[in-house]
Amino acid sequence: MKAVEVRELVKDYGNFRAIKGISFEVNEGEIFGLIGPNGAGKTTALRTIATLLQITSGSIVVFGYELPKQAGEVRKIISYLPEEAGAYKNLTGKEYLNFIAKFFCEGEKFENMIQRGLQIANLGERINDKVDTYSKGMTRLLLVGRALMVNPRLAILDEPTTGLDVINAQEVRRIINSAVGAGVAVLLSSHNMLEVELLCHRIALINDGRIVASGTAEELKKEYDARNIEEAFVRAIK
Amino acid sequence: MIGNIIKKEFKELFILSTILPIVVIAIVYGSVGQMIGNVGETIKEKPVIGIVDMDAGNFSVVAMSVLTENAKVVYNGTDTEEGLQEVRKENGVALLAIPANFSQNIYDNRPGEIEIYWIMKGAGMMDSISSGTVEGLIQAVNQEISKMLIRQGSSSDPALVLNPTTRVDTTFFKGKEIKGLSPSTLSNMLVSQSIVIPIVVMMLIIMAGASVISSMGLEKENKTLETLLTLPVRRSHIVIGKMVGSALVGMIMAAIYMIGFSRYMTSFQFSDINLADFGLALGMQDYLLIGISLFVALLAGLSLCIVLGTFAKNYRSAQALVFPITALALISTFIVMFKDFDTIPAVLKILVFAIPFSHPMMAIRALMLDNYPLVIGGIAYAAVFTVAMVAVAVRIFNSDRLLTGSVRKRAARGKLGWGFRR
Repeated sequence: MKAVEVRELVKDYGNFRAIKGISFEVNEGEIFGLIGPNGAGKTTALRTIATLLQITSGSIVVFGYELPKQAGEVRKIISYLPEEAGAYKNLTGKEYLNFIAKFFCEGEKFENMIQRGLQIANLGERINDKVDTYSKGMTRLLLVGRALMVNPRLAILDEPTTGLDVINAQEVRRIINSAVGAGVAVLLSSHNMLEVELLCHRIALINDGRIVASGTAEELKKEYDARNIEEAFVRAIK
Repeated sequence: MIGNIIKKEFKELFILSTILPIVVIAIVYGSVGQMIGNVGETIKEKPVIGIVDMDAGNFSVVAMSVLTENAKVVYNGTDTEEGLQEVRKENGVALLAIPANFSQNIYDNRPGEIEIYWIMKGAGMMDSISSGTVEGLIQAVNQEISKMLIRQGSSSDPALVLNPTTRVDTTFFKGKEIKGLSPSTLSNMLVSQSIVIPIVVMMLIIMAGASVISSMGLEKENKTLETLLTLPVRRSHIVIGKMVGSALVGMIMAAIYMIGFSRYMTSFQFSDINLADFGLALGMQDYLLIGISLFVALLAGLSLCIVLGTFAKNYRSAQALVFPITALALISTFIVMFKDFDTIPAVLKILVFAIPFSHPMMAIRALMLDNYPLVIGGIAYAAVFTVAMVAVAVRIFNSDRLLTGSVRKRAARGKLGWGFRR
């Protein structure tokens, strides 16, 4: 079964067309990257798949559930990490993980979920401090922990390493890779082309609301006779 | 440059969303003031009364002369029932009856009795102004008779010379005949008995409302809303959860406030008259209705707040959105305290009824006077209002609006409005 099937997706904000008919698929156990410059339509695409925005036209099916009709079912199997996400500042890191986990399970499963969250966030004793006292990197690690502890079938990650230093960014990439090893499908967006090349099994290049090319990193580099994805992207949009 | 900073601050603060509620509320306050009317004019107007003189003695003639000179007398005869009917028909304030032995009693060193049959229309603070004018007339009658006694060199008891008359009040109010209380005493009693509820409701609505609106602003400012909306939880549960959570916070805050306020109010005890003695007590079912009315009104207020909260872009803009709720709560409180629901103009009645938190404010007074339809109708209205507002809130939560805000016209030219990224 396909993790995500997007067909001719169009998204309008009033009179402005942000996405102009994109189509792509994400397979189970795959990391699929949407890359493109700021304003290309990456976040809108991810938000629409994450059930946050309405579809103007086209279709989205997540593990057989159709949006928006089965949005409730989709929310049970996805986890969305927004680019500029925050956590409740008056809660401690652990309380925040508890708050989220309660929406998914209870009893022993709940305890296991929290343990997984603690392990992924890896904040040590600081997990018992209020989120208000965390650095940006610590908050991001907590949020990655939150997103992946729930064992989603599909993780939607918008710029997962944005604002992180090299060490933390590498740690987050390691966590994503290990989640995929456990069978999670990942749909991520980034404007960091190097990161996408390192992380993603397949990539779609998006510009001005349209997918201009897609394939594996190697295929794209070969197609555009480029040394890296950045170069391939520049050539693709010319 | 300081001018540059001032200009920036002004542009940031002087925006439609902060100015519009103030303009609307200013218009509403102005209209309310216009509709309630001018206290000064009411005082200057001659009160409409009826007189029954069954004495026709020296002192009753003095009394009649004072009354006819200073009041608009719509009945002057000897039949109390007929007089009452006429006063009611002419929308008058009271019928003053002077019994047959009035003058003789004064000559016999006993105070002359004046029976006053009050037609009370409302129990708000401003509703007793016209009855206050009639009380002034009775004082004037008292003084004129005193002067006459002194001029005649009366050998009566000096205390009687100074106060030669005594009053027997009977007040007709909303189908009840209350003996021994004048409208001003009754109004003071009812206001003192029912003043706490409007203040509690006002504080609850303002504090809980501010909590729920701020919560929406904080969700956006702290970037937690998107995560919340992708969790496997119904939108209606998010809306209701926020309402109930805020209601609890609001109740705690209001309770703390009320501890101080009740101590403050104990210094304003109007009298030790027990309203139960006059058939104006509340039973268990009345208290239950007040509780239900209060609870439903709180939910109604919070459901309105959560809809307003969806317009908050951040914590700061959320603060501005609290203002309309505060103003509505204040309008309800003042109208209910100063005027009776039955004595306000129709337009104002609709406004008061439409504000769901007016109903618990009016409940005590209404229940004391057995006006169950108003209380039960208010509860039903507030419940329907809550359901409607929750439905609107859920609809907004299901739409793009919560995350994207409004798309300004310039978006059509290729740029995006605030609040969303592609």
